[in-house]
Amino acid sequence: MPRWGMAIDLAKCTACQACVVACQSENNIPCVPPEQAALGRILSWIGLLPEFEGEYPRLRMRLTPLPCLHCDKPPCIVVCPVGATGITPEGIVRQTFARCIGCRYCTTACPYTRRHFNWNKPEFPGDLAEALNPDVSVRPKGVVEKCTLCHHRLLRAREEARAANRPLTEGDYRPACAEACPAGAIAFGDLGDPASAVSQLARNPRAFRVLEDLGAHPKVFHLAQGEWSGGSGQEAKG
Amino acid sequence: MVKKQKDNLTDTLLLQPIIAARSSFYYLAMALLGFTAFAFIAWIAQLRRGLGVTGLNVPVYWGVYITNFVFFIGISHAGTLISAILRLCHAEWRRSITRAAEVITVLVLFFGVGSIIMDLGRPDRALNVLKHPNLRSPLLWDVCSITVYLTASTIYLYLPLIPDIALLRDFGGKFTWFYRVLAIGWKGTARQVKVLNRAIAVMAVIVIPIAVSVHTVVSWVFAMTVQPMWHSAIFGPYFVVGAIFSGIAAIIIAMALIRRIYHLQGYLKPVHFNHLGLLLLVMTLLWFYFTFAEYLTTFYGGEPSHLSIFYSKLTGRFAHVFWAMVIACFVIPFPILAWRRTRTITGTVIASISVNIGMWLERYTIVVPTMSHPRLPWAEGAYSATWVEIAITLGFGATFIFLYMLFTRFFPIISIWEVQEGREHSLPKVVARVQSYMPSQAAVPAER
Repeated sequence: MPRWGMAIDLAKCTACQACVVACQSENNIPCVPPEQAALGRILSWIGLLPEFEGEYPRLRMRLTPLPCLHCDKPPCIVVCPVGATGITPEGIVRQTFARCIGCRYCTTACPYTRRHFNWNKPEFPGDLAEALNPDVSVRPKGVVEKCTLCHHRLLRAREEARAANRPLTEGDYRPACAEACPAGAIAFGDLGDPASAVSQLARNPRAFRVLEDLGAHPKVFHLAQGEWSGGSGQEAKG
Repeated sequence: MVKKQKDNLTDTLLLQPIIAARSSFYYLAMALLGFTAFAFIAWIAQLRRGLGVTGLNVPVYWGVYITNFVFFIGISHAGTLISAILRLCHAEWRRSITRAAEVITVLVLFFGVGSIIMDLGRPDRALNVLKHPNLRSPLLWDVCSITVYLTASTIYLYLPLIPDIALLRDFGGKFTWFYRVLAIGWKGTARQVKVLNRAIAVMAVIVIPIAVSVHTVVSWVFAMTVQPMWHSAIFGPYFVVGAIFSGIAAIIIAMALIRRIYHLQGYLKPVHFNHLGLLLLVMTLLWFYFTFAEYLTTFYGGEPSHLSIFYSKLTGRFAHVFWAMVIACFVIPFPILAWRRTRTITGTVIASISVNIGMWLERYTIVVPTMSHPRLPWAEGAYSATWVEIAITLGFGATFIFLYMLFTRFFPIISIWEVQEGREHSLPKVVARVQSYMPSQAAVPAER
């Protein structure tokens, strides 16, 4: 059984946010009106984490694409009182929208803040309502949603492989973000297969995992950009 | 025995609120229900438009509702725990305060649970916690322990009520049928009294570990996550201490109000306030000790993710809330309660109001600053409650007070039979008890 994982090469990433847009349209993520966005209620399953480095005037901003890290030991799933979130045998941290009671314990427990809550009724202004992806359900207000690694694509790929009477191969299934990246910075595949591209990247000396010391065992790796030590991003604020 | 009680009833004053209400009762009830109605409007708005009407955002996913939840559950420790401990210790001065305390517990628990319902994005699915329970979730432990606590403390309130309900049934006032049903055939026979006292004693023992578990589990909702300044082993006992602290303060306020409104100066004497004030003093010191220990260890550990929250509380954005908490929980109550001359009724009430404000702020400074400083530098959350949250909070407080008032209109808020029992039997018992402590003559070496 595959263990789906991702490796994002920060040396290749241009922070163009094509992954963010691709995710938005692939997964029917509602548009948040500007006044709600100003309150910090933006929904984006993959987001660019902004980190400042250095001191003025030698200041630099680093932007790290961060989807849900699909931890092997997810702190979010144990706390859900109704079992609306869990981990599939292939390692995808899933969310059952129809069961979620909206208590937001999982969003609170996630150390990466990578779970999102529908504060308001989802809005799809203009033609966007007609461009919804029929494979993905639109979430109602009041439930938590998150990156599913485009699970619907996995389902479809598996069906197609079965119809063609062949095993599912790694290339059959890629999430929208990995597919959309113009710089080819996002590698996706089976971490269980040591020969896969993503496994090789995960073993690269530049590879690190965000907040690795928390022991959640994320399956999304990042590859440090040259001089960066792969720090934890835990600099004191305040 | 019932006949005897009725004939030489010395405590008719205690039945006065049940016999007739003064017009001020109705004015106050109207005012309180006004707040309830306002909260109801706010809740409708929230149901229609979603939690977007609150001030919550990313990353401050939890705010005033969760603060209220912890606060109300904390207040609930007033009653049952204090009353059970005093009963088990045979503290004779308990007799006129136990019921006033127990009612707080039972009523306020509903508002604790209600706060969680308010916080749900999908309250219509709340029963999923029964249909699809995940036993690994600390929130589900909460569901279990609060349910058990509500059941146990309701029984513990009801048992000592039975003789008084029977008294009301035989008194022949309004709603006799209602009291007849609730009195479940109490005649006051020796056997019934024995069974009742036994049952009360058993419940008093059972209720204590349950009460401790409830607030421990509430703290574990926070402590079981890996979030900085929540993931702390001290949280269980820290929350239990805070709960008892705010609970005693709530009893003192309730007692002072009952005493003044129903002219019960003869039953709730300065000595009661003095004794509860001393208990509150002990809890003030314990609270300070726990808070100091918690913050000092965080500071010495010096982990950046912890320190950013630590400094946001001590010197940063939450400094005003934090220091207001320290003043309200310690600086104001400590001298008032420590000095004998200020440990009066007025003094203890001022200290108690201060403590309850302080403990609400404490819960707020636990919930919001940690939420505002996630480990990863996403935009820092700025949270301020909206009118919906404020209306629901005020409405909960007002509705609680209203239900408490309503209780005093239907049941004696001071346990009549226990006061009478104390008057008739406790003096010889106490004398016998004190005599039993005395060193016996044989143990004293004979003087030459």
